[in-house]
Amino acid sequence: MYSVRRWAVRHAGGLDKFYQGFETLLVKLHPLWEKIGYQRLERPVAKIEQLCKGLLFDCKMCGQCALSETGMSCSMNCPKNLRNGPCGGVRQNGNCEVKEEMRCVWVEAWDGNRKMQTGERILAVQLPVDFSKKGSSSWLSRVRDVQQQAVTESTAEHSSGKQ
Amino acid sequence: MVIHDEPTPGEMLPILTGHSSAGRLERVLRAGHFAVTAELAPPDSANPHDVYTRAELFDGHVDAMNATDGSGANCHMSSVGICALLTRIGYAPIMQVSCRDKNRIAIQGDVLGAAAMGVSNILCLTGDGVQAGDHPQAKPVFDLDCMSLLETVRGMRDKAQFLSGRKISDPPKVFLGAASNPFAPPLDFRPHRLAKKIAAGAQFIQTNYCFDVPRFKEFMARSRDLGLLEKVFILPGVGPMASARTANWIRNNVPGIYIPDSIIERLAGAKDQKKEGQQLCVELIQELSEIEGVSGIHVMAYRQEESVAEIIKSSGVLQGRVPWYPGRDQKLLQERARL
Repeated sequence: MYSVRRWAVRHAGGLDKFYQGFETLLVKLHPLWEKIGYQRLERPVAKIEQLCKGLLFDCKMCGQCALSETGMSCSMNCPKNLRNGPCGGVRQNGNCEVKEEMRCVWVEAWDGNRKMQTGERILAVQLPVDFSKKGSSSWLSRVRDVQQQAVTESTAEHSSGKQ
Repeated sequence: MVIHDEPTPGEMLPILTGHSSAGRLERVLRAGHFAVTAELAPPDSANPHDVYTRAELFDGHVDAMNATDGSGANCHMSSVGICALLTRIGYAPIMQVSCRDKNRIAIQGDVLGAAAMGVSNILCLTGDGVQAGDHPQAKPVFDLDCMSLLETVRGMRDKAQFLSGRKISDPPKVFLGAASNPFAPPLDFRPHRLAKKIAAGAQFIQTNYCFDVPRFKEFMARSRDLGLLEKVFILPGVGPMASARTANWIRNNVPGIYIPDSIIERLAGAKDQKKEGQQLCVELIQELSEIEGVSGIHVMAYRQEESVAEIIKSSGVLQGRVPWYPGRDQKLLQERARL
């Protein structure tokens, strides 16, 4: 919903903090997720994610959430799917070039970003969207990424310790 | 500047040390000359001569010309097609690539094909929305955005691999460009976005029409503060407006073009509005060329392409330099012999 989505941007700071906590919890529960099986979890978790984020952000379930990099304004709502900032077509009143009545997703993102502690993340270049991930849960994907990273780091430390 | 190893058409110049491409535009810019680029009007025909006659209008006045890729979301001859014709006789095109009509598979293929034909400059754009053009029913693609497109082409060139990681045996040696619109909101994000484009691989920038010089100066000052001016060549965009009415129409109907009221009033108050529009363009070029960090100018003379040569000449920015065009050197020799 458009009005809720704009509310979310106005409260980007709080939502970002909440998500950081939520993500830490999800990562901590990794052994539990593993016990149940990530594959078995995929569909129900994706459904819950879709409901929550759909309501709050008009989430399009791209499966590679970038809300923390986009001031809590979902960039997949940009008619051009821009992941890296506003196009040159933004109207002088800050509205979208394509949907005249909608505020530019990236004008919103820039506002939301200022309310977040991790505001510099909007400046990082985002990779091309992986459309094969569409519809999947980015929460679960994030947990597995963090887990994987921890494993790689610990093996790297381990092997460097040997030398 | 005379480049002594000018090519016979179809043959590439050698790539100089520190350069990414064999192109003239990169050579001119890196040599510190004030570069001039212009937008070629893409024909609505399958006749190659339509491309050549339009290109000829710029002979001796531009270092490279932009082959647009469905600009304004209107259908015209493709940028790849125009580039194929232009490179065939030695011209230096800047191939525009928009993300609106093609996905990553098609785009990467086009980049290889274009580079193989001798295209040395690629301008990576997101593209106007389909609603702006003559086929609003079309399906917008937008698989990549301008930023990931820059990264993709840079990866093809520097890592010799496709986005998938698959190897490219002979990478495309191209000079990478991007667009910038310093005049669209959010204004304070624009210099940061420029920084992102540079981080993604942009080596030169062409901007949208620049009618508001103070606002452009502000953008350049912020970009300088971010340390961007040494990392990229910036060519602000200019163009003559045929009349106050045209300017007003463009302002209201073409996405991303900002024309202040004062400009429209000046045009409306002139006796010969077309002439005034050209005069204004000359003045803007002169004013912009004085700004720190401006390396050249990009002329978009929509439906007034025949006036570009005169505008460039009147502005004096080439300082006597004659950019290459087919037959230039023979012509210069003949002129010298006559004297």
